[in-house]
Formats: sequence, structure tokens, C-alpha cells
Amino acid sequence: MVSVQRLVLDILKPHQPNALVFTRAIASLGEDYRVNVRVLEVDEQTETLQMTIEGDRLDFESINSAISENGASLHSIDEVSVVGK
Amino acid sequence: MELKQIRALLEISHSEEIMRRYFVVNGFDGALTMLGLIMGFYVSGSVDLAVVITSCLAAALALGMSGISSAYISEAAERRRILTKLEEAMVTSLDESHHARAVTWIPWLVALVNGIAPLLIALIIIVPLWLARGGMVLVFGPLLSAMAVALVIIFLLGVFLGRVGGTFWLWSGLQSLAVALVTVGLIYLIG
Repeated sequence: MVSVQRLVLDILKPHQPNALVFTRAIASLGEDYRVNVRVLEVDEQTETLQMTIEGDRLDFESINSAISENGASLHSIDEVSVVGK
Repeated sequence: MELKQIRALLEISHSEEIMRRYFVVNGFDGALTMLGLIMGFYVSGSVDLAVVITSCLAAALALGMSGISSAYISEAAERRRILTKLEEAMVTSLDESHHARAVTWIPWLVALVNGIAPLLIALIIIVPLWLARGGMVLVFGPLLSAMAVALVIIFLLGVFLGRVGGTFWLWSGLQSLAVALVTVGLIYLIG
């Protein structure tokens, strides 16, 4: 059984919802999720973020759904940490 | 659709400001229309309460329907335009997102506020007419009482605008009241 414990994602999102609301939406998916966001680029309609999510057992499917639901788009998975048990 | 989801859609689409604006603008429309109609009946000397109530109700309903339909058509078009531009910038479809849901739901919410505001305010204004029709004796008579209610509502709408805009509430209320009194004066001159 493997568990994903850290993800670093490259995300493109519209200005709304703002980075705080967006981060909260992701963090609310798991009790122990720790989410860190850095805004890398901003243009007229969108912003590019680097999002780091840490937790004991990250659910990538629900994270990806929450990203889409908030109007954002996952561009790439830049880092992954997985623990095999 | 849950309340939490509606709040999210309102936040994403910045619709709270639009709804507040529509409430005041169309509430003002409803109040001024009722005031004008009742003043018209007053100066004409014809005081068949049943005719006054029916005319006011018909006008209130027409204002409500106009508010709902016009706001829905314009908001739906505007939301679709915004979504299309956003999808072009994101280079992806946003069909599963809150933004797409906002295109469906927000025009209805805005239309509801746009239609309900004049209808509700008009119904409040004609309460003295209903009370008089029901047999209650009003000190100043039904028409003057209804006009007084209209003037109070117009003043309060002005006060609300003042608080929202950060200006002195009394000045804002008096400005709105002045507009209403000028309207009443003009109708009196016509009569």
C-alpha cells in the first residue's frame, strides 16, 4: 500500500476565486492537509500558482476535481513524494 | 443548490454588488411609479378604491415581470460572454467549474432581485389602500397614507444608498425624497 504524502503542482487559475479561497478549498479536502501556494505569474485574466500539498494520505482524484471545480487547470505535477508501506 | 454553493457563486461572479444596485434602482422605480399612480388618482378626484388597488397591483406586477425578464436576458448574455473570454484565457473548457454554474444560476438570482424589489415595495405602499378597503379608518385617508408610505420608502432607499456609498445618510435620503417630491409636484401641476 502506497500513500502520496507530498505534491507540488503547477496550476493556472482565473483571478476568482482568489488564492486564499482556492487554497482553503483544497485544504478542506483532508483533515491533515497542509497547503502552501505561491503565485508565480499574473496576467489580465489568470494567474499561475505553485501549490504544495502535504498530508499523510493525499487523494489526488479529489484534489484534481476541486481544482477543476474552482475553474483552475492543472498544468503539471512538478514533485511527488510517495511512501510505500 | 445549497446556500454555501450559492455564496460561492455570488463571490466568484461579484454579483452581490450587482444585486444590491438592482434592488435599489428597481425598488426606486417601483416606489416612484406607485407614488405617481396614486398621486394621479388623488388629483383626478376619482377615489374608487377598487380601481386604485387594481391599477396599482397591475402596475406592480408589470414592473416585476419587466424586472425579471430584462435582467435575466441581459445577465445571461453577459455571463456567457465572460465565461467564453475566461475559457479562451485558460485554454480549457470550464464546464465542470463554479464559473459555468454561475452562468446558469446567477442570471436567475439577479433577475429575481430585479423583479421582486419593485413588486415588494409596491405591495407595501398599497397596504393603506387594502386596509381602507377592509374598513379601517385612516387619519389622512387611504391615498395620502399610501403616498406617505411611498415617501418614507424612497427616503429609506436613499439612506441605504448613502450608507453603501459612504456618504452622509441623511443627505442621501433627503436627495431621494426631493426627487419624489418634485415628481408629486409635477403631477399636481398636470392635474
